[in-house]
Amino acid sequence: MAVALAVVLVVLVVGSLVYHFLSPWYFTEIASNWDLIDLTVDITFWVCGFVFVAVNLFTAYCVVKFRHRPGHKAHYEPESHKLEIGLTIFTSIGVAAMLAPGLIAWGDFVRVPEGAMQVEAVGKQWHWSYRFPGEDGQFGNTDVRQMTVDNPLGVDPSDPAGEDDIVVTQPIVHLPLDQDTHMLLRSSDVLHNFTVPQFRVKMDLVPGMVTYQWFRPTVEGTYEVLCEELCGIGHFAMRSKVVVQSRDAFETWLDAQPTFAETQDRPVGNPTRGATTYAVCLACHGAEGQGNQAMNAPKLAGQEPWYIRRQIANYQSGRRGTEDNIAVQMAAMAAVMTTPGVIEDVIAYIGTFPDEPAETTIVGDVDRGRGLYQTCALCHGDEGQGSWNANAPRLAGMSDWSLHRQLMKFKEPDPAARRGGHPDDIYGDQMNLMAVLLKDEAAISDVIAYINTLP
Amino acid sequence: MAYVAIADRDHEQHLHDPDTFITKYVWSQDHKVIAIQYGGTAIAMGVIALALSLLMRLQIGFPDTFNITPYEYYQYVTMHGMIMVIYLLTALFLGGFGNYLIPLMCGARDMVFPYMNMLSFWVFLVACIILCISFFVPGGPTGAGWTLYPPQAILQGTPGVDWGIVLMLLSLAVFIVAFTMGGLNYVTTVLQARCRGMTLMRLPLSVWGIFVATILGLLAFPALLVAAIMMLLDRAIDTSFFMPSLLSMGEALDTQGGSPILFQHLFWFFGHPEVYIVALPAFGLVSDLLSTHARKNIFGYRMMVWAIIAIGALSFVVWAHHMYVSGMNPYFGFFFATTTLIIAVPTAIKVYNWVLTLWRGDLHFNLPMLWATGFIFTFVHGGLTGLFLGNVTVDLPLSDTYFVVGHFHMVMGVSPIMVLFGAIYHWFPKMTGKMPNKTLGTIHFWMTFLGTYAIYLPMHYVGILGMPRRYYAYGDTDFIPESAAIANEGITIAAIFVAVAQVIFFINIFYSMWKGKDSGPNPWRATTLEWQTPDTPPKHGNWGPELPEVHRWAYDYSVPGDDGDYIPQNHPIKPGEASVGA
Repeated sequence: MAVALAVVLVVLVVGSLVYHFLSPWYFTEIASNWDLIDLTVDITFWVCGFVFVAVNLFTAYCVVKFRHRPGHKAHYEPESHKLEIGLTIFTSIGVAAMLAPGLIAWGDFVRVPEGAMQVEAVGKQWHWSYRFPGEDGQFGNTDVRQMTVDNPLGVDPSDPAGEDDIVVTQPIVHLPLDQDTHMLLRSSDVLHNFTVPQFRVKMDLVPGMVTYQWFRPTVEGTYEVLCEELCGIGHFAMRSKVVVQSRDAFETWLDAQPTFAETQDRPVGNPTRGATTYAVCLACHGAEGQGNQAMNAPKLAGQEPWYIRRQIANYQSGRRGTEDNIAVQMAAMAAVMTTPGVIEDVIAYIGTFPDEPAETTIVGDVDRGRGLYQTCALCHGDEGQGSWNANAPRLAGMSDWSLHRQLMKFKEPDPAARRGGHPDDIYGDQMNLMAVLLKDEAAISDVIAYINTLP
Repeated sequence: MAYVAIADRDHEQHLHDPDTFITKYVWSQDHKVIAIQYGGTAIAMGVIALALSLLMRLQIGFPDTFNITPYEYYQYVTMHGMIMVIYLLTALFLGGFGNYLIPLMCGARDMVFPYMNMLSFWVFLVACIILCISFFVPGGPTGAGWTLYPPQAILQGTPGVDWGIVLMLLSLAVFIVAFTMGGLNYVTTVLQARCRGMTLMRLPLSVWGIFVATILGLLAFPALLVAAIMMLLDRAIDTSFFMPSLLSMGEALDTQGGSPILFQHLFWFFGHPEVYIVALPAFGLVSDLLSTHARKNIFGYRMMVWAIIAIGALSFVVWAHHMYVSGMNPYFGFFFATTTLIIAVPTAIKVYNWVLTLWRGDLHFNLPMLWATGFIFTFVHGGLTGLFLGNVTVDLPLSDTYFVVGHFHMVMGVSPIMVLFGAIYHWFPKMTGKMPNKTLGTIHFWMTFLGTYAIYLPMHYVGILGMPRRYYAYGDTDFIPESAAIANEGITIAAIFVAVAQVIFFINIFYSMWKGKDSGPNPWRATTLEWQTPDTPPKHGNWGPELPEVHRWAYDYSVPGDDGDYIPQNHPIKPGEASVGA
């Protein structure tokens, strides 16, 4: 037994080393200035690796060498001061060797360099938004109680510093290459955490306070942002993206983003003018937006205005519109609405339609559907009424056949044919992650059958 | 001296032996029965937590295959963690082994407050039942993660926000009451009820580990208790201890001014010492296993005692290393990284002394020794990865990834469990009078030892890769290669393998209780007092008419000039023999 144990210990030590050096799983390529963090990790690996190998091989040696044999008696030595002090000093040196670079790097991390560009990331269940301070270089005050569908970041309208703040409500932020970036972090509900694995640093978002981290992106590219503090059921689906690009490209992007004042100044839709434009929509979606299954056109009446606005923007920007023929068709139609004013007019006109529940066409097991809907309810609401805060459209009373098709499209394995398959369609991707919960078509029918029972 | 006073008085008193089945086995005030009640309940809770971990692993290893929702997944994660840490490890080490060993090893007849000791178990059982009820209430148990961070833990969007979290907090509060009743007993018994000659520096390290861990518990659990009560108030009557002004599901709440980070400070002020509440008893027990089966004194006994005390003291000034990226003032990082790495020094000394106990020993690879040696390996691994996470800078990329999960499972899950199994096999003969089956125990060891390493080694690397913990699914994440899914499948298969191995343990226990070989009073030829009782298993009152008297330290193995290879603690010093630790 002793020999077997010793052999296993040696095999485990050697195996761990082989695993360390040969397994494909190690840090993803660094894309920020934090090489010092990687260096500290390397030093820690060497010091700890040495101790790991030394202690375990010594143990294995003892296990064999001093195993019981007849006539063998253990050596009697209660303690050895010299040896114990020697080992203490040796350990202290090893600890200091790891701690010193660690503290130096931490000193760099807590002090944000002068001239760093400020960006604010705002987290909420389960989405990211961003804000830049604008030309005055100053963020306006915020208050979670100011947060509404039209002011999702809760910028204080009475604070002049906030007017030129640039508000990015799409969960994709661009950053200039080689620019020290001071990332301020704010949450409106629970704890979150802003992590880009390639940048190596992370920090929690805490409601009621502003936290920060800083980094300097050093490699162009698109990186995923992950929430790494448990924030409820949608935690794993709280994603965003950072695009690191040249300063010129960044400036161009930033200029195209609205200031807070502009978002508050959105043209007020005129339903009468909207009626004219709606003539194009009418052929498929129906005179009162009631939808038409034969034309593959879902019901519009009663849908949240912000959702219609976002989907038009998705079609216009190419985030949607290539996943299937119907989407191609809609993308062509969306192109007709050339200005924000026209879009607002159409949305205002749709708002005048009577909201009759759509005819139900899907049958399924309502009880099973109720269980499945538990997860959906967190964003779409207990009654399927939708929520601007969760970026979730209304489901109840809408065209159930369309819901069915969209869920199937969210589950489509081929990214090119999948809704949410476009890399910039983060909300779509979120639904990809959630739609996995509906294992098959029967589950989709069941959940829709339940939604059909909602008022 | 106070401890002698009680011991002396004892032989004048009549022992109140229990006379009915109920008073003997149910409402028992005998520390040995209470120990087994505590241990059995804790292990039963552990089996639940083990099953939950498998469900969780099925989802991570084989996403899309099983009908597990994120709602359920987060419930499994939460309940697995909390049950394992509190209701299994804490209860089994202190309520189980603490109860069994303290009076026997100290040479006492029982705990100092037997009635309170009995209450401690029954209140613990209530805590367990409250927690288990949460599986059956509407909405099920809480899914807030075992750390229960507010505001999330008490807001919509987290599973079990209606009943689960309330029952969890209630159960913890009741557990703390139970622990306090037990803990006061353990501390008082060690201080006041040692037999004649049992100086503190002659105590076996098992008692030292349990003793210091209990003190830590008595100081640390109140922080959790107040945190639980404050959160209950936040949840039940809308106070704002931990609640700033915020939106919940888009609706503004009336709360304002509270601090979520305050909860984290309270939680980890308990939570870090909690690591040592589990680790110190393990350190103590494993020291005695190694020494006994190596037939050699524990190397550097005094240093080992001081290391236990130093680790216990330092464990109260390292808590915020769990909070480097919590958003607390980042300047705290310098202090807590330094204290955390300093704690590595006494911990390393303990490891060296265990290994040096093997050095020039006469190693008998009995079942307990196998587990103890396995512990050295797993603890070295888990301890070293702690140096990564404790060093604030290295924690930045690794925090909240599977590296953390791998680390704390190696150091706080696998390592103490290795000791627990070793200790169960070691003291089983004393508890039952029967030997555990060696073949079954050996198979159990190899499957558990190799299986757990197959779970946790890859987990560290998946974490270094950047996979966040507490993710229900990963989707298409660019920087995570598809091969990581293979790692996750492998981990899940290994977890199932380890779970199956535990069946062997239960078979062994029941089989050996029924048909095991008679062990005799001292099958391992050990020196400590519990092996010197007149009866095996010891009867009520432990010692018969006369209390033992101690003449030497607990580690007189292979003393030069002595014919045998051990001298029990209650054997008088022979003329001319030098006495250690008088």
